Formats: sequence, structure tokens, C-alpha cells
Amino acid sequence: MRRFAELYATLDSTTKTGAKVDAMVAYFQAVPSADAAWALFFLTGQRLKRLISSRTLRLWALEATGLPDWLVDESYAAVGDTAETVALLLDALGTATPAADSLSVWMDERILPLRGASDDEQRRQVVAWWRALDREQRFLLNKLLTGGFRVGVAKGLVVRAVAKLAALEPAVVSHRLMGQPAPTPAFFAGLIAGDDGGADDSRPYPFFLASPLEQPPTSLGRLDDWLAEWKWDGIRGQLVKRRGAAYLWSRGEDLVTERFPEIVAAAGRLADGTVLDGEILAWRDDVLPFALLQKRIGRLRLDARTLREAPARFLAYDLLEADGVDLRAAAQHQRRSRLEAVLAGAPAGLGVSPLVVAADWEDLARRRDDARGRGVEGLMLKRRDAPYQVGRRRGDWWKWKVDPLSVDAVLVYAQAGSGRRANLFTDYTFAVWEAERLVPFAKAYSGLDDSEIRELDRWIRRHTVERFGPVRSVPAAQVFEVAFEGIQRSPRHKSGIAVRFPRIARWRRDKRPADADTLASLRDLLHTNAEATRDTGEME
Amino acid sequence: MLDSRSPALRRPVLELTSAGLYCPAGGFHVDPWGQVDRAVVTHGHSDHARPGHAAYEGSALGEGIVRRRLGTDIAYQGHPYGEAFRIGDALVSFHPAGHVLGSAQVRIEVDGEVWVVSGDYKREPDPSCTPFELVPCDGFVTEATFALPIYRWDAGARVIDEVLAWWDENVRQGRTSIVFCYALGKAQRLLAEIGARLDRPVFLHGALLSMVDAYRDAGVELASTMAVSDQPKADRFRGEFVLAPPSAMASTWMRRFTNPSTAFVSGWMRVRGQRRRRGYDRGFVLSDHVDWPDVVRTVEETGARQVLATHGYADSLARFLREERGLDARPIETLYEGERDDG
Repeated sequence: MRRFAELYATLDSTTKTGAKVDAMVAYFQAVPSADAAWALFFLTGQRLKRLISSRTLRLWALEATGLPDWLVDESYAAVGDTAETVALLLDALGTATPAADSLSVWMDERILPLRGASDDEQRRQVVAWWRALDREQRFLLNKLLTGGFRVGVAKGLVVRAVAKLAALEPAVVSHRLMGQPAPTPAFFAGLIAGDDGGADDSRPYPFFLASPLEQPPTSLGRLDDWLAEWKWDGIRGQLVKRRGAAYLWSRGEDLVTERFPEIVAAAGRLADGTVLDGEILAWRDDVLPFALLQKRIGRLRLDARTLREAPARFLAYDLLEADGVDLRAAAQHQRRSRLEAVLAGAPAGLGVSPLVVAADWEDLARRRDDARGRGVEGLMLKRRDAPYQVGRRRGDWWKWKVDPLSVDAVLVYAQAGSGRRANLFTDYTFAVWEAERLVPFAKAYSGLDDSEIRELDRWIRRHTVERFGPVRSVPAAQVFEVAFEGIQRSPRHKSGIAVRFPRIARWRRDKRPADADTLASLRDLLHTNAEATRDTGEME
Repeated sequence: MLDSRSPALRRPVLELTSAGLYCPAGGFHVDPWGQVDRAVVTHGHSDHARPGHAAYEGSALGEGIVRRRLGTDIAYQGHPYGEAFRIGDALVSFHPAGHVLGSAQVRIEVDGEVWVVSGDYKREPDPSCTPFELVPCDGFVTEATFALPIYRWDAGARVIDEVLAWWDENVRQGRTSIVFCYALGKAQRLLAEIGARLDRPVFLHGALLSMVDAYRDAGVELASTMAVSDQPKADRFRGEFVLAPPSAMASTWMRRFTNPSTAFVSGWMRVRGQRRRRGYDRGFVLSDHVDWPDVVRTVEETGARQVLATHGYADSLARFLREERGLDARPIETLYEGERDDG
């Protein structure tokens, strides 16, 4: 575990992507494949189910250090993370020079077997481990025990590292890593093998992502070369049907099959070896607001009432596999025709996202203006003869959203409001990424409903990292879509940008902080919206 | 008739006024933030030695720093450590606090009752200033910047080893090591540590030059230094070690360095979220303030029965001393900032 702790420290301490990739490659080369498999499991963002609750871990630390409980709570408030707080407090025990036991030994022979043990045995075991480890490894152990272990590394970098290690194309690695890689030597061997001989049935394909259209659409050439569809306000998903079973994946690569029984039931009619790309939507006759869909993800238990109030449907817009054959190299319009054939007569839970037909770009722009009334976000433009690619590649897929402008941003600071909102954290500061740093760019005071405000307030109080007078900083965890009317350059702001009338469009619980937008994408908006905002006067 | 000198009716040695801590028997303030006639100052940091007072009393060793910060024309009376003098009915003396050059604890004795105002202090050895001296007292005013049990410093020598290992690694990669730290105290502590181990020059951001000179004027041995601004721009800094204030990180000053590796040296770097949020490549945990074990130990060793805790985690420290150590301890509201974390 020492080597893995070192890898973790390296990844945690550098902001240079090249250095991160090199560190991962060096680690994979140096350790047995059983260790590499576990490391990969964590590097790709998978988590163990929680073994020990944070509260229990704090209780044990309290016993081990003899500190009063309120002081441990104060310490936690200053750190914002139980595993780290406990590791820092345990420094009082002195630190050992730990034995060089490997990650897989720790995982397979110690940590996982803890699940069956009695509370007392768990406590005895964990305290004994603490005494035998140093600070970094205690932190790691605590993270693993509480199920909160995440490594701050983008999946793309893990893909690059594995590709470099195995001398494979990143796209191949990316595909093999889709879904939920198992922490076994066999999986790791398959991952880096020249040919992995077909993998598990549930595996989806890497998503092809559209880029925002910032230039006028006429710059795309003839409309005839493009297919237009509505840009749905739902959850991007892939519906996989193989060997009699259906799997529904969200774009975050979470298996959400159980959340959407009506979609899975409809998928029963699909032939084996079919993979659809599309949108999960709340739907009754027509599309319903996104907030309803969130109920389906957010609720711990899916009861009959939720199913009734928030019915869901999968609207497909691409066919990635048919009859077990990967179709991604085929042209967009060919995939589209086959999709329509495959879904002809499909049950209600499954549909095809219709094409939006227009005479010319101007006509299409008028159709786009209807978008908000239809409950969609705008249009998607897909080049007729383009293959289905991996990740965000500019050029063939564009999202042409209606105004307002919006970005996905990370909550970084909060401040209590006044009046009715006194004593509630309702004034939020949002940031976007610049390299691996979050740069604040907007404050917003509205956009959430009362129950969301209360929920967020509780979260902020529990996760305060620091207090600067009335302002609290929080860890990068919550993503919000922040909408605004205009954008302008501003030397007065740290980000160099000022936005007009920022407000929260919605709480993106489905997104991780790493999915938030970048300062570069904000600047891009600046260039393309200079015209639109020139005459709007003073910015916020 | 009650004896007018009974403890119950006597005025306290120190009171908290809107201008800061005040000693009625001596008619002076300690580290005041309002403008006063006579300010006894513990050290030169700007939240303790503020401009605008009619007269200053401070340590002799701290005089150069305070004058450089507040002007050479201020009325500053410097006193050697340990030499008592009278102000009104109070007997006052300065004792080393180990925080920065010339930093002092102020001992105030009135009618046999002794109070000590610590200012900022640390117990960890520091070659750039006089080591902390324990002063027994009845009442102790302690800082609490890092007074939570998560704050526990590794030995300074070990941290310096880490800093130098990082520098070595950067030399191997042809990168410039840029270390951000406070201009008064941390910068000179690093220079003294480096000077004691290596014979290599260190480059300085312009904002550090004056305080480095103040230390040299006081006879502190430091690594040899050169100003960044005196160098031709090109690749002069490859493999070199540069010290700068935190504000330089986001400035155009940084543009002259190709492929720098950056680090921040501060007690706040103990917490991972703090390290990550700032976007430095490395965070080294080295502070000029006491950590948790040392603040608790120091309070106990002074023998003080009354304790006032200022800035930082004053509430937590006071509660701990009350409930776990049975002392008469409470927090007081001051405008001291301790080690600022907004670098």
C-alpha cells in the first residue's frame, strides 16, 4: 500500500497532466497485476461500498486519542473530511514505519473481509492497523473504509496511462474501461492484452460528445450535409441489450438499470446485440421537466408513487451496435436509418428522437427559437456522413442551444443571506476550471426552490472547509448550471469575465465537479457573444 | 470597610477596550488596532504593529523591522530582552517569543500580579530568531492561530529536508523552484536554514528585499541572495530557487519563468483541501506559530490560572483549557490575523 500511497500523493500534488500519466505508468509497471487492478479500480472512480460509517470512525479516533468529542467535531469542521481529520488527529499516536504490504493484500485479505466481522472486532482491527501505519497510509485506509476514496485524476488521463503502458490506441482502452472494471488480475490482463477476446455483456461504448456551436450555423456549410434533432433536457444514456439482458448506462458511466424499469421492460423487445445511444427523459405524452427525472435518480427507494409521478422514456438518436456488430464506423445517416428500422413499432418506453426538418439555416434558426416552448434546450446538429467517435471531438456533432447562455459550474463559497434567508446559506459563488484550479466567476442568489436551499444549506454546514468571516468555502463537489444573459471582459474580476444576471438554472446532481465547464469555454462565449451584449450596458 | 486593594475590587492588569488590550496601571495598550498614545508592540507583523500611535515601546531586536514598516520617524523605544522598565505603575519587560526576528512576549507586573501577552509565538527551533523563553505568570494571553488538534507540526529540519529534496528534483528536470511565503519571518527562516546547509544563492522577489536586509542588519546569517529583477530575463532561473510573496503567484511577474514548479510554505498546508484549492504544485507544512501540542504545553508550563485566547481557534482552545484542564480560560475578540490563509 506504500507504493499506492505514493502514487496517490503524486497525483494529488501535481497539476501537470503529463506528470500524472507518467506516475501512473510507472506504478503499473512496478507492481503485480493484482495491485494494478485494484489501483485501476480506484483510479477510474469506482468506490467500495462503505464498510465503516464516518461517525463510527470518528468515535474510534476519539477513543484512540482521548480527545473530547466536540473538539473532534471542530477539527472536522476545519478539514471537511472525516478520513483526513482522523488521520491528522492520529499523528498524536506517533507514526510507524509500516510493513510493505501490497494494495491487493490490504484489499483482498484485510479490508474486504472486515465486512463480516463484529463491531468490536472491526474496531480492534482498525485501531491495530492505525498503530502500524504512517500518516499517508492511515489517510488512505480511512478513505477506503468509509467508501469515500476518490483520486483526483480525470478518466482521460487513466486511459492515456493504460494506453501508453500497453501500447494500445486510447480509443480501445477507453472502450475496454467502460462500465465497471473488476479489480481482478484477470481484468487487468485483458485490459492491456493485444486482444481482449470480447468482454462482459453490459459494456457500453464510450460516448461521443457534442461541442457547443459558437459560430453562426451557416459556417457549417450546406444544411443538406447535416441532420438536426432536438437537444433534449434529460440524461444522456446508453441502452445495451445482449444475451437476453438489458443494461441502462448514464453518461457518468453509472449503471442505472434499476432506476428505470419501464425502459428496461421496453428493451426486452430488442434483439440481442443491440446498443442504443439516446436520452433518458421524464415523459408523459410529451417531455416533462428535468426536475421530475431527478426524483428517479435521487430517491433511495423507487416506490410506486415516484414511478407514477415521474414516468420515464428512452428516446434513441443513435444505433451503435446491431446484431452484435459495432456500427460506429458507419455514417450518421446510415446508422439513423437502421435505428428507425430497429425501433419501428417499439413499445411506449422506447422511441426515436425525431429529425427536425427545415428548408434552410434561417428556417432552422426559427425552429430553434421554439425550443424553450417545447421543453428542449435547442438543436443538435450532426454531420450526415460522420462516424460515431470517442469523447468530445469538435467538428461533427454540435449542440446549438437557445439562449440564455449557461455553463456548468462548481460551488466554491457560500454566504448567509439576509431577511427571510437569514442564517441560511443562499448566496453562492461559482467557479469554473482553469487547468486543475477552480476560478470563481459569478455569484448567484436565486434559482433554487426552498427545499433545495435548505438541503444545500445543510450540506454547506457539514462540509465547510474554511470560514472567512461570514463566507464559507466548501469542497468542490456540487455542480450547478449557472445561466446568464450576457458576458463581458472585466479586469476587475479574477476570472477576467463578468456575467450579467447570473442565476442558478438547476442543480446538476448528475454531474461531477470534473464535468463542470472551463474558463476557456467561458472565454469562447465571450468571443461569440460580443455582438449580442455590446449594447446591454453595465455588467454585474 | 473593604480593603481597596483586595483582589476583588482591584482593576484588572489588562482590559479589552475598543482599541485593543489596555493596561490601566501603566496607561498603555498592547498591539492596539485603534490609534493610541502609547503602544507596546510584540513584533513587526502588520496586524500587531500598526501605524499612527504617538509612541511605541518594543524589543530592541525588532526595532529595525518596525521602522522599515512604519517609517523611520516613529517614536520607537527599543528595549533589550529581559530588561524591565516602568510605565506608570506597571513593570514591563520583553521576552523572546521565537516567532520572527525581535518578536517578544510582553511581561506586565502590577502589584505583584504578572500577566504575559504572547503576541505570536512558536517553540520550534528557528535559526533566524531568538528561541522562545518561558515566562511564568498569573495570567497568559495566548494566540490560537492553529489551536486545533489536527495542527501538529513535523520537526522543522524534516520539512527543510523535503523542501531541498523538491529543489533537487527540480534541478534534475531543469525547472525553477518558486516558493511562496510570507515576506517577514518565513522567508528569512528559509534563508537561514538553507544558508546553514548549502552554499547556493537564492533569488528574491522585490517585495522581500527590505525585510531580508533588516535581518542582515541585525546580524542574522542568511543564504546569499540576489534580486530576481536584477537578472537578465532569458533562462537565467533554470534550476534556481526563488522566494516570493503569495501575491506574486497570480501576477505577470511569474511570466519570466519557463516551466516553474511552485510551492507554498505555511501551517495551512497541513490540510489537503487547502493545498489543492490554491493550485500550487506542492505545499510544505512549516509555521511560525505554535501547533496544538505546544500551545497546550505552553499554557500549562506558564502556570497561569487565567488564560485569554486570541485569533484563530480561540473558542476551541479556551473551551479545552476550561473543560479538560480546569483553567479560567476565555476567548477574546481581537483584530489579529495570525498566519493569513488568503495567500
